[in-house]
Amino acid sequence: MGVEGIGARVVRKEDRRFITGQGRYVDDVKMVGMSYAHFIRSPHAHAKVKGINSAEAMKMPGVIAVLTGQQIVDDKVGNLICGWAITSKDGSPMKMGAWPAMAPETVRFVGQAVAVVIAETKNQAKDAAEAVVVDYEELPAAADIKAAIKSGAPQLHPEAPGNIVYDWHLGDEAAVKDAFSKAANVVTLDLTNNRLVPNAMEPRAAVAHYDQAEEHYTLYTTSQNPHVARLVLSAFYNIAPEHKLRVIAPDVGGGFGSKIYIYPEEMVALWASKKVNRPVKWTGDRSEAFLTDAHGRDHVSKAELAFDKDNKILGLRVKTHANFGAYMSLFSSAVPTYLYATLLSGQYVIPAIYAEVIGVYTNTTPVDAYRGAGRPEASYLIERMMETAARQLKVDPAELRKKNFITTFPYQTPVIMAYDIGDFHASIDAAMKAIDYAGFPARKAKAKADGKLRGIGLSCYIEACGIAPSKAVGSLGAGVGLWESAEIRVNPVGTIEVLTGSHSHGQGHETTFCQIIAERLGVPISQVSIVHGDTDKVQFGMGTYGSRSLAVGGTAIVKAMEKVEAKAKKIAAHALEASESDIVIENGEFKVTGTDKAIALPMVALAAYTAHNLPDGMEPGLKETAFYDPTNFTFPAGAYICELEVDPGTGKTSFVNFVAADDFGRLINPMIVEGQVHGGLAQGIGQALLEGVVYDDTGQLVTASFMDYTMPRADDLPSFQLSHTTTLCPGNPLGVKGCGEAGAIGASAAVINAITDAIGNNKLEMPATPDRVWHAIHG
Amino acid sequence: MSTVKLTVNGKAVSVDVEDRTLLVHLLRENLNLTGTHVGCDTSQCGACVVHVDGRAVKSCTMLAGQAAGSNVTTIEGLAKGDELHPMQAAFRDNHGLQCGYCTPGMIMSAVDIVHRHGGKLDEETVRHELEGNICRCTGYHNIVKAVLDAAGRMKVAQAAE
Repeated sequence: MGVEGIGARVVRKEDRRFITGQGRYVDDVKMVGMSYAHFIRSPHAHAKVKGINSAEAMKMPGVIAVLTGQQIVDDKVGNLICGWAITSKDGSPMKMGAWPAMAPETVRFVGQAVAVVIAETKNQAKDAAEAVVVDYEELPAAADIKAAIKSGAPQLHPEAPGNIVYDWHLGDEAAVKDAFSKAANVVTLDLTNNRLVPNAMEPRAAVAHYDQAEEHYTLYTTSQNPHVARLVLSAFYNIAPEHKLRVIAPDVGGGFGSKIYIYPEEMVALWASKKVNRPVKWTGDRSEAFLTDAHGRDHVSKAELAFDKDNKILGLRVKTHANFGAYMSLFSSAVPTYLYATLLSGQYVIPAIYAEVIGVYTNTTPVDAYRGAGRPEASYLIERMMETAARQLKVDPAELRKKNFITTFPYQTPVIMAYDIGDFHASIDAAMKAIDYAGFPARKAKAKADGKLRGIGLSCYIEACGIAPSKAVGSLGAGVGLWESAEIRVNPVGTIEVLTGSHSHGQGHETTFCQIIAERLGVPISQVSIVHGDTDKVQFGMGTYGSRSLAVGGTAIVKAMEKVEAKAKKIAAHALEASESDIVIENGEFKVTGTDKAIALPMVALAAYTAHNLPDGMEPGLKETAFYDPTNFTFPAGAYICELEVDPGTGKTSFVNFVAADDFGRLINPMIVEGQVHGGLAQGIGQALLEGVVYDDTGQLVTASFMDYTMPRADDLPSFQLSHTTTLCPGNPLGVKGCGEAGAIGASAAVINAITDAIGNNKLEMPATPDRVWHAIHG
Repeated sequence: MSTVKLTVNGKAVSVDVEDRTLLVHLLRENLNLTGTHVGCDTSQCGACVVHVDGRAVKSCTMLAGQAAGSNVTTIEGLAKGDELHPMQAAFRDNHGLQCGYCTPGMIMSAVDIVHRHGGKLDEETVRHELEGNICRCTGYHNIVKAVLDAAGRMKVAQAAE
C-alpha cells in the first residue's frame, strides 16, 4: 500500500469545497430567465378532484402559468412506473393503479400534487398558489395496513381489489410444515418495522431548461442515478428522447435511497420548462420532503422459529404485510420481496424457510427503498427471533447464535441467496471481546444497585449488496440491468480522468476511486479526477444505491484500468525496445524488470497521442471503457452489541457502549468506511429509539416536520467502537463487499434486544420512546 | 421593498429586498453566497447558521431587515484566503463531513461553541451544544471529534497571536 493507495486513510479530496461553502448543489444553480415552480398539493388523503380554478391566481403579479394534471395527460406524458414486476403466488402479475405526475381526477395521499404555479419569483409562485381554488370531494381513507385490508375498506385503485398489490411467497411451505411438526420448541413473535422518513439534509430540487433552438432539455436534479433518470424520463414519461436530454446530478446532499426515484416534481419541472419556454426551478421544502419523498420500511410481521431438542434451528415461517402507500414507487415492489425474504436465513443454517409477503395500498406517501431496503427488516426480524428464542430456551444468546452459524462456504440458503464467504464466529468474537461480554453480569448487578436497569443486546446481520448479475435479477422481474460502467482517459500529459456511472452523494468516491488508480499506477491522487453525475460526460451508469458503488462501479474501474495498462505496456515496451512481458508498473513508471530502463507514464501517454512511434497497427490514444456485470451479490456481515441502561423512573434509555465488528472484505479507505458505519448506525439507532411516522385515522401525516419527527441529534447518540474482521470477497478483484448500509441494517435489533433484556419484557415496538419503555416496565 | 445595508464577510453591501425576505435568502439569492444552506422550514436543522456580530444565528429565523447594520460572517468568509480556519481543517482531517450539506452550518455553530466554552469543552458538552444542527450522514461521531480537535487547535492559534 502506498500513502495514497488501497488501505490508506486518505483525507477526502472533495472536502475542501464543502468546508469552504463552494459545494454546488441543485438549488445553487441559477439560469438567465429562470422562473420558479410551486406545487399545489392535496390536503386530503383521498378525494376526487372536481375542478381547479386558477383565474384569480393568473391575475397575480409575476404569474406565468398554472398547469394542471389534465394538461399533463393531454400532452401524453407517461405515468410514473414501477420497475420490478412481482408475480403473486397464484401466478398473477402484481396489480398496480396508475400514478400520474399530477392528479387529474383522484388524490390518494396528503401532499399529492394536483397543479403547479410557475412565476417570476418563488414568493410570487407561493402567493399565487394560495389563490388557486381546488374543489375536492372527500372520500374515506385507509391510513394503515390494518384499515386497508379489512372488509369494506375504502378502495384506492380499481385495478387492486381489496387494496392488495400482490400476495407473494418464497421458500418451501411443505418442508417448513414438516420442520415444525418435528420441533421440540417453537418461538413466535409479532413484529412491526416502523415507517421512516429518509430525510437527506438537502431537500429534493430540480432546475430544468428547454433549449428551443436545439430542441434539447437539461435537467439539474438531486439524483443518485442520473442515467436511470434520463432513461425513465425518456422511455417511459415521453418527455424527450435520450439524445435530447442531459441530466446532471451535481453535489447531492445525501440520498439514502430517497433520491433514486424519478419523482413527479422533477418530471413536471422538465415538462413545464418547454410549456413556458423558460428555465424552471423547483426546490422542495422540508414539509414537502416529509410528504412526498418515498418513505421506508413499514412492515407488520408474524414470525415462527422451530428448534430441535439440541437448540438447532429446524425452520422459519414468516408472514409479512408491507405497506406501499398510495402508489407503487420505482423499486418498491422488490423491497419486501427479493431484498427482504431472501435474507431471512440471516447468519444461520435454517434448513427450511417459508415467507409470505402481502403488499398493501394505503392512503399514505409511497414507500420504497431506504438505506438497507428490506434487509434491515429481515435482519431485525431474525435477530429479535434469536434473542427471544435464547430467553425462551434459557440459553446464552451468543451461544445460541454460534451453535447455529453457517460455517462452510459457499452456502446455499433455502431462499435464493448463495453466500460466497464469511466468518461469523470471527465477527461475534471480536464484538464480544470489545464490549467485555463476559464481564456484563457484574456490570448489570452494579447498575441494579444504582437503581438502573442495564441490558445487553446482540445483532448478527448479513446483507446482500451489489445486486447482480443482471441476467439473474432480470429473471426475477427487474426492469433494468445492474452492471456498472467506467471509462479511463489518460490525457497526453499523464493526468487521468475516471468517468464512472456511480454517483457520490456523501460516499467519498472522488477519493476512494482515486486510491484504486494510485495503487495500480503509483501516481499521486492529485493527478486523478473522478467524473460522475452528468449524462453528457459519462456514457451510461446505473448509479449508487444498495452499497454497490465500489463492488460494482469500482470493479468496472479496475477492468478499464487493466485495458489501459495492457495498451500502455505495449507502448512502453516498444519505446524501450523490450518485451511486453518484461514491463512492470512502479511509482508511475513503466520499467523493464531487472534493469534500470524505464519510461514515465506521461511519456507513455504523450507517445500514445503523438502517435509518432507506436507499435505497428496500434490505434493512437490511451482511453479505455469497461462494462462490468458481477457474478453474484456480495455479502457484508458482522456483529453489533449494544449495552445500555434504562431509568425505570422515566423509561429513558442511555447508551453505555455500542460496538460494531464488520466484515466488508478489503477496505480501500478505512476512514471513509468508518464514517459510513457511523452514519448507518445512527439511522438504525434512530429507528430503534426515536424515529417513526405517525398518520392519524384520516391519513393526515402527524409527523411532518423536524418539530414532530425525531431525527437523531448529537446528544441522542454515543460514540461508537468499531472493528473489522476480513474475509475477502471472491466475486470481484478488489475483494470488497460494500459498507454503506450495514449500520442501518444491524443496529436496530441490537438496541431493542438490549432494552428488552434490561426491562425483562419482550413486548416492545420501535421506536422505543421513554413513554413506551416506561409502559413496558410498569404495564 | 426596503434597502438593507450590512457588512458581509468584511464587505459593505446594500441590497433591495422584499420586507419578508429572510437573511438566508438575502445571502443565497441576492449575494450568491450559496454555502449557507436551507435544510428545513422550522428552524431545527441548523444548515443555515451564520455569525451575526460574532454570534451563531440560524439565518432562516432572522429577517434580512433585522440584520441591517450588522456584521455577518458566512462559511465563505471563515478562511483567511487559502488558509483554512482551524475548524474547517479539523472537519476535513477527522472526516467530519460526508455529503457536505449540513457542514457549513455545523462549522459555523462549532466555531461559536468553542468561542463560548473556551478550553472547557468535553464530548458531552459538544454533543449537547450541537443539538440545533442535524446531520443525517455522519452519526455525529466524527463531527464531535472534529470540534474537540479544533478547540485544541484554536487554543494554540490564539496563544500564538
